[in-house]
This record gives sequence, C-alpha cells and structure tokens, in this order.
Amino acid sequence: MLYAASATLALFSFWLVLSGFFTAFLVGAGAASALAVVAFSRRMDVIDREGHPIHLSWRALTYWPWLIKEIVKSAWDVSKIILHPRLPVSPTLVRIKPTQRTPEGLVTHANSITLTPGTISVEVGADEFLVHAVTREGAEGVASGEMDRRTTRFEGGT
Amino acid sequence: MSMILDWASWACLLAGGFFCIVGALGLVRMPDFYTRMHAASVTDTLGAGLILFGLILQAGWTLVMAKLLIIVLLIAFTSPTATHALAKTALTRRVPHLAEDGEPSSKP
Repeated sequence: MLYAASATLALFSFWLVLSGFFTAFLVGAGAASALAVVAFSRRMDVIDREGHPIHLSWRALTYWPWLIKEIVKSAWDVSKIILHPRLPVSPTLVRIKPTQRTPEGLVTHANSITLTPGTISVEVGADEFLVHAVTREGAEGVASGEMDRRTTRFEGGT
Repeated sequence: MSMILDWASWACLLAGGFFCIVGALGLVRMPDFYTRMHAASVTDTLGAGLILFGLILQAGWTLVMAKLLIIVLLIAFTSPTATHALAKTALTRRVPHLAEDGEPSSKP
C-alpha cells in the first residue's frame, strides 16, 4: 500500500512537471491518470519492492554521489587512453562474485559497473558477473570489490 | 552571481562537448567492438552529463530544470541497460574480441 501511494505521488508529480499547466481540468486529469496507472499496475502485480524500490531512496543520497565521482574518474581515464597516441588498451574479461542478495541490489551493481566508462557487465547472474574492461587495471579495479561492498551496503545487506 | 553562473554553465557545456568529441574519436580509434562501446560510454556519461548540467545552470529554478533532471535520470537508467544488452548479445553471437580471459578472481 505504501508502494502504491508513493507510485501515485511520483506519477502525479511527473505529470505536473511535464505539463506545467495548473488549470483544474488538467490537474484533475493528471490525478485520474496517475490513479488509473497505479490501479492497472497493481492488477499486473508490478508495484512491489522490485518495481518501485523506494526503500532504497535514502541510501541513494550517499551512494549516488560516490557513483558520480567514480564515473568522472573513470571517464577521465578512458579519455586519456583515447587521446593517447599509442592507444594503450589491454581488453580483459574478468569474472566476479557479487555479494548482493536482492534483484534490486544485483541490478544496481551491474548497472553501476556499466555506467562507469571502461567496464561493462556482459553477463549478469545471481552468483557471477562477467565483466569486460578496456584495460587490465580496470579489470583489477572491478575485481578488488569496492563497488561490490558499496552496493551491498546500498542494498542494506550489511 | 548570474555572471558566475553563466560562466560555469558555459564551462560545463564546452567540457561536455569536448568529451562527446573524445567519445566519438574513441569510437573510430578503438580496435574492436567491445572497446568501442567503452569509448561510447564516455559520451553518454560525462559528455551528456556535463551538457545537461550546463543547461540546468542556464535554466535556473524553473520547470525546465525539473524536466532536465528527469532526462538525466532517464539516461542514467537506460544507457547502462542498453549497453549491457548490446554487449551480451555481441558475446552470445560470438562477435570477435581481443580480450584475454582474466583468471576468475574470488573475493572474501
């Protein structure tokens, strides 16, 4: 129920932001649409911890800034490789074992790996990720497991 | 104050444009499909991110800023998903790659 209420609120604010008109008819239509969409989604059984993970939102406040910092650092590293005259790439495939237990945590971990330039999660499973890295150092960075620890904490594991 | 914001915004826009060009250059220079994807991800993280941040500074506290933030979120969630789908399909279809298999590393 909490998830349904939060989803209604999120959809309604999304309507208001995109519309920008605050006449009674349009605001009413927005509220009706938000309620209708949430009603349909409940029938489809997609409004739950996985479909609308609000329980993660307050931890995102510390996780996202760290992720942005990592993205900027690795984007800078990849830019240096691209602009380097000899193009010093050493592509590596590496397998890592994620420690997250929920689907949301695993998806966050895999997406964070892909979002940082220089590493892409190619295969994602509950007990193993296959990661492609543009340099050997990048692969070692993923294997060192800092991102894994951070996402597990984000997920609420430890 | 608005002068400083204007300069900061232009610095972000120019830096974002620079990283988009770097990403495009990498797309041409990289040796195989997978390394090219790494170059492309410079464009859609730092390139797009800095340009959108510059535009947010231009917009100020308006509805446009909220819309730009929604675009940032959209890119942040869809681009890794698309990249992952592309890489997985390429590997399944055996697109040739230069990567060596690093030894399976396990952590505590």
